[in-house]
Amino acid sequence: MTADKRLTEEDVVAELRDGMTIGIGGWGSRRKPMSIVRAILRSGLSELTVVSYGGPDIGMLCATGQARKIVYGFVSLDTIPLEPHFRAARQAGTVEAMELDEGMLQWGLRAAAMRVSFLPCRAGLGSAILDINPSMRTVVSPYDGEELVAMPALPLDVALLHANRADRRGNAQYLGNDWYFDDVFAMAAARTFVSCERVVEPGALVREGPEQTIKVSRLWTDGVVEAPLGAHFTHCLPDYPRDEAVQREYAGSASDADAWAAFRARWVDVPEADYRRLARAAS
Amino acid sequence: MTADPTRAERCVVACAEAFRGDGEIVASPIGVIPTLGARLAALTFEPDLIYTDGDALILGAPIPLGDDTAPKVVEAWLPFGHMFDVVWSGRRHVMMGATQVDQHGNQNIACIGPWARPKAQLLGVRGAPGNTVNDPTSYWVPNHSPRVFVPAVDCVSGVGYDRAAAAGPSATRFHEIRRVVSNLGSFDFETDEHRMRIRTLHPGVTLDAVTEATGFPLVVPDPIPTTRAPTDEELALLRDVLDPAGQREREIAG
Repeated sequence: MTADKRLTEEDVVAELRDGMTIGIGGWGSRRKPMSIVRAILRSGLSELTVVSYGGPDIGMLCATGQARKIVYGFVSLDTIPLEPHFRAARQAGTVEAMELDEGMLQWGLRAAAMRVSFLPCRAGLGSAILDINPSMRTVVSPYDGEELVAMPALPLDVALLHANRADRRGNAQYLGNDWYFDDVFAMAAARTFVSCERVVEPGALVREGPEQTIKVSRLWTDGVVEAPLGAHFTHCLPDYPRDEAVQREYAGSASDADAWAAFRARWVDVPEADYRRLARAAS
Repeated sequence: MTADPTRAERCVVACAEAFRGDGEIVASPIGVIPTLGARLAALTFEPDLIYTDGDALILGAPIPLGDDTAPKVVEAWLPFGHMFDVVWSGRRHVMMGATQVDQHGNQNIACIGPWARPKAQLLGVRGAPGNTVNDPTSYWVPNHSPRVFVPAVDCVSGVGYDRAAAAGPSATRFHEIRRVVSNLGSFDFETDEHRMRIRTLHPGVTLDAVTEATGFPLVVPDPIPTTRAPTDEELALLRDVLDPAGQREREIAG
């Protein structure tokens, strides 16, 4: 009997614990596993460390105060360059931050994937990175004497991804023109949960797109959530573009507590089926 | 040509000039005027320069700016994961924005005020630390003012010459701040101490005006060259092919 890894968003949240380090795939406001993020927002989970090429995932977990620490190279909504909830949390000093060069973030995940404590890189030298991350060290190459940054491993308890398609065995497929670093997040994590627009029969993914689009195989995944519009309001190309109107509504919700409460009531504290109806109507 | 070049069109040419001599590397311009500059260079004096749609696709021909429906001539694929490889290989020249830049070429896009608790949180350092120690890097500033050209930046995102030197030979090995282009002129660091120098001023910009708009002393050549005008061919490409909707005129003041 082969494994059937299908779960709901609530099942995934039940596997999470306070204080965990959670990596989130996608990039900025692109193909984020928002239905799982919303389930986390509705849960009582707290003290999370969130590692991400950040967008509204980081912003929302800052807004609710569930992120104790965030690890990022940037946080942006793309068409709205500055993420207002992330800004508010940083400016109020309510979240601990580990800010990295974008390439260093990937390098830390790769180190975790390789089960080594660091990987060397040139990026970071001379910049504020070593000042704002005082525990970060440099290393001297035993081969040519170059002094390089020793980017520490960023091991994840859990990675959360959103793919275009998956099968029940946990193979995940990316039909857009960039899978960003989803595969690296999966490799860096002890456990990986992937949501997708549609679950297809095992063996049927090759009818959706060529083999090389099946970027994350079941070797790396522990659960699959079928979540149509699961990345909304971020984009999930080619299935749907970003919902700019809802994104604007989200960005506007950072203006005060009432605005956030209103956004939350409309777009977070609702059953997923209702959310999808609302999202379809809005777009 | 019918009309004289505008200030924005001079800026595009000054940005294009930053890519001269780059050959077959990836140009990564951020912003309208740098994007037009890179594409103009690729269509004229740097024919092998590689440019993208701003996303994951390497283009074989430019698309009119802002026309999302224009068919793309796709030459190759360059997703972010591979772009990071390109950055660390040194085969890229990025022209980024700068919220702050100082006389040594340090740049800040991360935050204003102390990093630990910023007065204004911006993007974060993004790829600036890695870009600047691995590849030639330039900056585009559409609003030249003492708030941007500051004595010292609040958070060193892109590494300048003094910080690279202090960090040692592995930081300076591939480090080059090629150019800073603003709405007032173009600037380089081709001086003994790598301090920012006026390379050209745009027509109508006086030394007094640029001095007043800069929060540190600039190295001033004598005489001060004027930013060259686009050629007739460049102007036609710019107006008819690259930016028929005139987005370039909306990015700068004056």
